Amino acid sequence: MAGDILHITALSLLVSGTSTLVATAIAVPVGTFLGLREVGSARLLRNILFTLYGLPPVLAGLLVFLILSRAGPLGALQLLYTPLGMVIAQVVIVTPIILGITTSVVSTVERRVKDTAFVLGADRYQLAVTVLREAAAGVLTAIMVGFGRAVSEVGAVLIVGGNQEGRTQVLTTTIIADVSQADYGHAVALGVILLVLAAVVYSLLYRLQERTLP
Amino acid sequence: MTMSLEVTGITKSFGDRQVLQGIDIRVEPGELFAIVGPSGAGKTTLLRCVNFLLQPGAGAIRYDETVAPPEPAPLIALRRRIGMVAQNPFLFRGTAEYNVSFGLCVRDVAEPELSRRTSEALRAVGMSSLARSRASRLSAGEAQRVAFARAIVVRPDLLLLDEFTANLDPTNVNILEAAVREYNRQTGATIVLVTHNMFQAKRLAHRVALLLDGRIVEVGPVKEFFESPQDPRTLAFVRGEFAY
Repeated sequence: MAGDILHITALSLLVSGTSTLVATAIAVPVGTFLGLREVGSARLLRNILFTLYGLPPVLAGLLVFLILSRAGPLGALQLLYTPLGMVIAQVVIVTPIILGITTSVVSTVERRVKDTAFVLGADRYQLAVTVLREAAAGVLTAIMVGFGRAVSEVGAVLIVGGNQEGRTQVLTTTIIADVSQADYGHAVALGVILLVLAAVVYSLLYRLQERTLP
Repeated sequence: MTMSLEVTGITKSFGDRQVLQGIDIRVEPGELFAIVGPSGAGKTTLLRCVNFLLQPGAGAIRYDETVAPPEPAPLIALRRRIGMVAQNPFLFRGTAEYNVSFGLCVRDVAEPELSRRTSEALRAVGMSSLARSRASRLSAGEAQRVAFARAIVVRPDLLLLDEFTANLDPTNVNILEAAVREYNRQTGATIVLVTHNMFQAKRLAHRVALLLDGRIVEVGPVKEFFESPQDPRTLAFVRGEFAY
């Protein structure tokens, strides 16, 4: 029993942590690029991103399910009902969130930051890195919000992972299963673990964020 | 380590307002050239055009007798020969030392030269003891000294100073003015100083120009400019009688 809970908790952390890391790796550079663009197509892309904020997890889960299912375009990879498939589903959900917030944060960095870096001889890449460094606290907030969405998400991982005991069960999907079986004590215990897990990760990110403040 | 600057027929408008109305100036290599004028005359706009922060509407700017190349690589190389200190400089989050070393880092200057030159620049403005202080904790005068060190650490051939001591106390003004003279003496760099402080122009410059309503009214050696100006508007300005 304790071993099961440990496994479920570890898998929750692994899936949510990995999906947040992958989403961060995609969203932060792209968000910085979009945030530095002030006109035209970048603005249209931003509006699309903000729309994707509201992407229902079950819809994202369904799309990933169809893509990974045997008849889907990536069916040959046999990722359905695997932790990797769950990570892919969560990346689809979390990336727009981190991307959108990063874009907003970067676009609101003072004009003086960009001018100063430019005057001091920075090229375009160095300028982007400088702006990102100045926006670090906001970008970390984006990552924290993204992780929060991933770790609390249930619809997509349930569809893509299948909540298979010992294989793809995570805290949220197990809580759903417990409630459906009227095992409320177990569900509450898992809920507390989920909260503690989130608290630990957030406190680490918060400490990191504090160090980035001026 | 020096550069000539020639501005010919520069104009610049913001909406309906024409801020620069055809500026012609030539600054010789190694010269300390002051542009004085009241607030809103277009002084900062002119410096921002020279430093590529603004695109002029018309006219040409020649650096060492040539216009800026359009290709990115030579343009960055030219930009890196020009330094600037603004009236209210922005300091990046981090230490004073980090700020001063920024220009060296983007130019890929490696250790130990990076540390040596950073320390030298901080020493030049009397900021060695505050090298590890966070930029956000510095006073306005200290922040301005860090900004000046950050500009000179890369040894620009052309240094643009935009009201760089405005609102500072006399001690910080003295420190910064001494640092300007020393930088000009040591490197022979060309310095363009924009100020509404006539006394500062008198103390620092070799030649002075008066900019009024986006036009150069008069240019002359510092002594003649202040003691026997040719234009009545210059006379009114240097006497402090100019109403604007």
